[in-house]
Amino acid sequence: MNEKEIVSHTLHVLQHYLPSQAPLKDFIHHNTLHAFQEFPFHQGLNVAQQLFGYQSYMSLSFYREQYYLGNISEQILNHVLAQNGKEALRTALLNGEFDEATSPLVGTLRSAWKQELGFDLDTRVHPILFRVVSSYLDQGISIWKYPYLAAGFLENLRHLESKHFGSIFHTKRAKELLLNPDIQLPDLLLILTGSKTYFESYILDQQFAHPGYSGMVNHIAERPNVLIEQRNISLTEFIFLECLLEIDALDQHFSKKWPNVSACQLAPYQFEPASIEESEMLLVKSLWQEAYEWTYYDKVLAGLQHKHTTKSMQPMAQGIFCIDDRECSIRRHIESLHPSFATFGTPGHFHIETYFQPEGSKQRTKICPAPVEPKHLILEKSAHKQAQKDLHFAPGAYGLLFGWILTHTYGFWSAFKLALSIFKPSMNQMAVSANKHMHPDATLSIEYQGNQTEDGLKIGFSLEEMTRIVAALFKSIGLTKDFAPLVYIVAHGSSSANNTHYAGYDCGACSGRPGSVNARAFAFMANHLLVREALKEQGIYISEQTHFVPVLHDTCRDEFTYFDLSQVPNTLTEALQADQALFNQALDANAVERSRRFITLDKSDNRGQQHDKVKLRSVSLFEPRPELNHATNSLCIVGRRDFSRNLFLDRRAFLNSYDFSQDPNGESLVGILNAVAPVCGGINLEYYFSKVDNQQLGAGTKLPHNVMGLIGVANGIDGDLRTGLPSQMIEVHDPYRLLVIVEQQPDVVLKTIQSNPATWEWFKNEWVRLVCFDPVQHAFYYLQKGEFQPYAVIEAYLPLVDDVLSLIADTPENFPIVELKQKAS
Amino acid sequence: MSTVQFIHAYIGLPLFGFLLSLIVQRTKEKLLSVISYSTAAVQLLLVLIYGISWLNMGSNPAQFKELSVYKAVNYEFFIDFLVDKLTLIFALLGSTLTFLITIYSRYYLHREEGYKRFFNTILFFNLGYTLIIFSGNMETLFIGWEILGVSSFLLIAFYRERLLPVKNALKVFSVYRIGDIGIILAMWLLHHLWHSNITFMEMNATVKLNAQLAGASGIGLITAFLFYISAAAKSAQLPFSSWLPRAMEGPTPSSAIFYGSMSVHIGAFLLLRTMHFWENQLIFKVFLVFSGLLTAFIASAISRVQSSIKSQIAYASIAQIGLIFVEIAFGLENLALIHILGNAFLRTYQLLISPSIVSHKIREQLYQNAQTTAQNSSVWQLLQQRIYILNLKEWNLDDLLFKFLWNPLKKIGRGWKILNFKFVFWVMTFVLGVGLLLRINESLLTPELRFKLPFFFAFWGFLIAVKAFTERDSVRKSLTLIMFNHVSISIALSFNEHFDHAHHIWYLSGVIVAWLIGYWILTLMRKKEWVSLDNFYGHIYEYPKTGFVFLLVCLSLAGFPITPSFIGEDLIFSHIHLSQIGLAFFTAFSLIINGLATMRIYARVFLGPHIKTYHQIAKRSS
Repeated sequence: MNEKEIVSHTLHVLQHYLPSQAPLKDFIHHNTLHAFQEFPFHQGLNVAQQLFGYQSYMSLSFYREQYYLGNISEQILNHVLAQNGKEALRTALLNGEFDEATSPLVGTLRSAWKQELGFDLDTRVHPILFRVVSSYLDQGISIWKYPYLAAGFLENLRHLESKHFGSIFHTKRAKELLLNPDIQLPDLLLILTGSKTYFESYILDQQFAHPGYSGMVNHIAERPNVLIEQRNISLTEFIFLECLLEIDALDQHFSKKWPNVSACQLAPYQFEPASIEESEMLLVKSLWQEAYEWTYYDKVLAGLQHKHTTKSMQPMAQGIFCIDDRECSIRRHIESLHPSFATFGTPGHFHIETYFQPEGSKQRTKICPAPVEPKHLILEKSAHKQAQKDLHFAPGAYGLLFGWILTHTYGFWSAFKLALSIFKPSMNQMAVSANKHMHPDATLSIEYQGNQTEDGLKIGFSLEEMTRIVAALFKSIGLTKDFAPLVYIVAHGSSSANNTHYAGYDCGACSGRPGSVNARAFAFMANHLLVREALKEQGIYISEQTHFVPVLHDTCRDEFTYFDLSQVPNTLTEALQADQALFNQALDANAVERSRRFITLDKSDNRGQQHDKVKLRSVSLFEPRPELNHATNSLCIVGRRDFSRNLFLDRRAFLNSYDFSQDPNGESLVGILNAVAPVCGGINLEYYFSKVDNQQLGAGTKLPHNVMGLIGVANGIDGDLRTGLPSQMIEVHDPYRLLVIVEQQPDVVLKTIQSNPATWEWFKNEWVRLVCFDPVQHAFYYLQKGEFQPYAVIEAYLPLVDDVLSLIADTPENFPIVELKQKAS
Repeated sequence: MSTVQFIHAYIGLPLFGFLLSLIVQRTKEKLLSVISYSTAAVQLLLVLIYGISWLNMGSNPAQFKELSVYKAVNYEFFIDFLVDKLTLIFALLGSTLTFLITIYSRYYLHREEGYKRFFNTILFFNLGYTLIIFSGNMETLFIGWEILGVSSFLLIAFYRERLLPVKNALKVFSVYRIGDIGIILAMWLLHHLWHSNITFMEMNATVKLNAQLAGASGIGLITAFLFYISAAAKSAQLPFSSWLPRAMEGPTPSSAIFYGSMSVHIGAFLLLRTMHFWENQLIFKVFLVFSGLLTAFIASAISRVQSSIKSQIAYASIAQIGLIFVEIAFGLENLALIHILGNAFLRTYQLLISPSIVSHKIREQLYQNAQTTAQNSSVWQLLQQRIYILNLKEWNLDDLLFKFLWNPLKKIGRGWKILNFKFVFWVMTFVLGVGLLLRINESLLTPELRFKLPFFFAFWGFLIAVKAFTERDSVRKSLTLIMFNHVSISIALSFNEHFDHAHHIWYLSGVIVAWLIGYWILTLMRKKEWVSLDNFYGHIYEYPKTGFVFLLVCLSLAGFPITPSFIGEDLIFSHIHLSQIGLAFFTAFSLIINGLATMRIYARVFLGPHIKTYHQIAKRSS
């Protein structure tokens, strides 16, 4: 390969392995180590650790402690060892001494060079590099915008450097190299390394010294649309600038000639992930991890194996919730308060794939899963424009004259506001509220009236499209008959204050936005008489008495907001009020259940008071944990509600309704599992990796975070952008892989998951674990190395509990699976 | 409540709270935070009650001598307190913000590793701040000043397992140390001007009577500029400004309270406190106005190009403090005080809510047209573009420290190859021997030699200090060189004047004991771990207790007010004559470098990313 080819090959490799986290406003969970998904899970982790030095498992002492605490069962450990043919390693697991230190391959070349030079290049180059790039990408913090003089990051910089005061360089050569249009990246690399044999190692070392910025630049380069104020930048340009700054720093430091990499006679390394050998230490950890997971899985399966009493009574009311694990407990509370209330789960965009544009807004927001490119737009029409300004963020507050006036006057008001925010937190402009997404009284353009936008988006949905959406959703969750008079479409969103990662708290299926628009749109469609008419042809009969009510569940405050209540027929008003009372009770109970994890919260109060305190968290500036989001997630159950209804799953399960009897060929299942693997699996693995290495794969503690250009967070002002989740989000999380349990026959499931290569990779390589429950034979099968094997529950003990809430009230830790005593309805 | 009672209570509270917090178990979150916020709450209450009665009694400044620590002819080291309007306003500011922020942090830091350390440091900081604002003389002020410096170092390096906080803590510490030169030399000049240790009130009362100040000798002017250096360093004025944004490494509330408000306004306090001293010096006042305005303009321009919220707030605050300096120069004390309060409150709140900017601005953005090329070409905007890069580079302020301090020092330290440790050791032994011999038998010296020897030894001490600072390998060598530096200074001054040997004992006792303990700790460490100065080792991860003791050792070696050496330093200084500017400069400068060298040792051995990678370790760039 010639120099150019090597560079382009290296860039290709680099782009694959860089973190791909979106800017903050679109923060969506994904598998942090997505680049290794082509390998089986444990091999991928082994490769990742040896290449990049990530801690990919917990420490040995953690697993051993879990073993002595009984969270890893003796029997299951033996079972795992036997299955893998590693009985001989038993003593090594329990007592063996291993060096758990990481020594990553990536970084070795430049670190050897640094030794030879006796000069730390990175600490010189990073601050100015980060500063220039983050100023260029800045979305609205700086008051004087980055001068946009020419298209393209480098071209723009050339203009700045040639005509303006000051320079980002200290020496002549670097500046000349920038201004010379003939100079390409390989030329700079030759200056630094001396030979093309070093290019690959050098670029990888250089870029993985700051994966945050490299990843962000790469993400934006590939998807310019993620920024509202778009920026034209490429990864090559970014590396080009970094090389220039390095040449500059070296020229300045050594004043005369300095030895480049080849002059130091260092050896480049070969970046070949597939040829990385297995490390015994990591093998031992992988076996521990398996035993740790299966001890938990086994209990879950024991619970699901129990005889389920299927009640086929006519439901009093129904609720369709998001698949989200945070909805798991509210559904349980509603059901336990009223056993004939039936609940369902489905991804919370409710099959509505669209953009949304709020009143007065110039921008559109995607409110469906991130990979989807919607062809529709819903417009909000409202008397309320929701833009608010706070003087504390006004540009003038940083100015000289206005700042002078402001400090003399408004400064004292700040002191008052500060005191108020500490002693009496309340909803304010600073807080993110789930209800700010869409005004509750706004009207939405849901039905297509023949209008289109300039760029070809359809405003609203046609009758045919509405019918298709509604039918597809009902079929996938198996709700095709026996509609109750009131069916609630419950979307969710979250409120929080002082939270940079707020987008990650909203609905993942709605691209990190609250699902209120989707719920209203879906209810509108399902209430539409012509849609109902058309549905009959597909065998879905919704009676005239049935009405769909859109609701937004604020998962942080545990509040329901109801929409379009004026459309509820008078005949149903009474039932609606009864349901609302029921929901309020359930929300109280849910808040109390959640508050057991909040150690600082006073538990001696009654339910209502505890709920009020939970609500306060959402508006308290000083509360780094408004809610715990997806922490502790570990399960995904795809099946009828009766399959898991009486189990206490401790808010750990994604619940997707699915009726195997209505889907013998797995047609609906395809859609469900295609979404479950990347969405729930992505959430789960982001939590897993942020937990096992919070420093490199997570964002570390959020307390010192500084907002950079509205796109990311960094520590201090000179730090790299932090990816992954802050420690406050993962501290109570147990690093289990997601266990997906499907209530369907194994051959149908296998056929289904193999139909989509991306989905198949998730399951085959065991980045999520898959078990299916054969509803006919009442037997479990688990997917191992791409094949279903029968699974017999090892420890079949399952406690029966009457009042689980009072039992768990004082334990902040994770609670085992128990069966809930049925209440007479 | 009498003034004495008030002051005792007000200063005793953080001291008591700090000591108490040291012995509380680290898992007792509630108790630790209660200690912190209740000390501040009682302080707030006290200042309110006393303030009202003080207003009723006629608002007269009150001053009293607390304690005489050391007394000799023409010299007395004593602790002295003063309460006046300035004190009370700063006390009001400090106690209000400390109270609010400690309550805020109580929840915010929940479950954070280092919860205890955070509140320990806050209480310690509060103690330093309180001492400064209540100080009645320079010596007392300097004690508080030093406490503020060290607690700032500890707060910035709160996340001590990462590289950048530790590096930035060292950087800020060195700027603070430069500020210390101002105080040390000003103390020395004042002592000679008045021929005794005076209080601020005496100074203010007699400044006009002083012949040397009234005359055009320039000493008054020099002293005023020394005050300015200290004030500018602490308040991040030009050319020191770039440290302030880099201090924003700790948890957000600590950045808010210290670098948004309390710490950064202490420079303004110093100027207000010494106002009567320089208010008749027109040159200085013109300079102050000029430098204040320059800082204001440049910092506010830099603030405007910041893409990170915290640095934007930091530079905006610096700009306002520039204006505060101007107000002080014009003698507008009341206006300046209001400005200080307003700026402190505003910046604290802005920093606390800084994470909210993401959701706030992005919402705002939804309602604006996207701007990719929104550059119209008014003259003002063209000018903005012209100086954009200059602002982005912070007018090269951050490079200044490299250019004018680190690099020259490194050149001296590493350039003189002959000055290796062995050489220094033998020379030192020789010097010590000859020095003692000459001291015993002074007839061997000609008067001319007697006059030159102190300078020679002081310069020698300075070189050793630089050597200690630039040592890249052996920790123990560096530590020993630091001790040698103190000994050299002691010898140097023994030729300068005949004075009591007790002064040397005061000075060297703390230093030598600290060196012995430090050497012993390092020797023990070396048996188990690799320890060197070529990198940050982060041994605190495995040796937190040893690290704490070693920190005390380093502080003692740096002349921090926990050993008699602190008084010794001051004492020794009083023996430098007014005419010996060079001697004074080299002595002061080597003390500064000494301090840097010791903190560098502590940071390199115990702080930074752990050298052992068996656990989660942050990237160097994070």
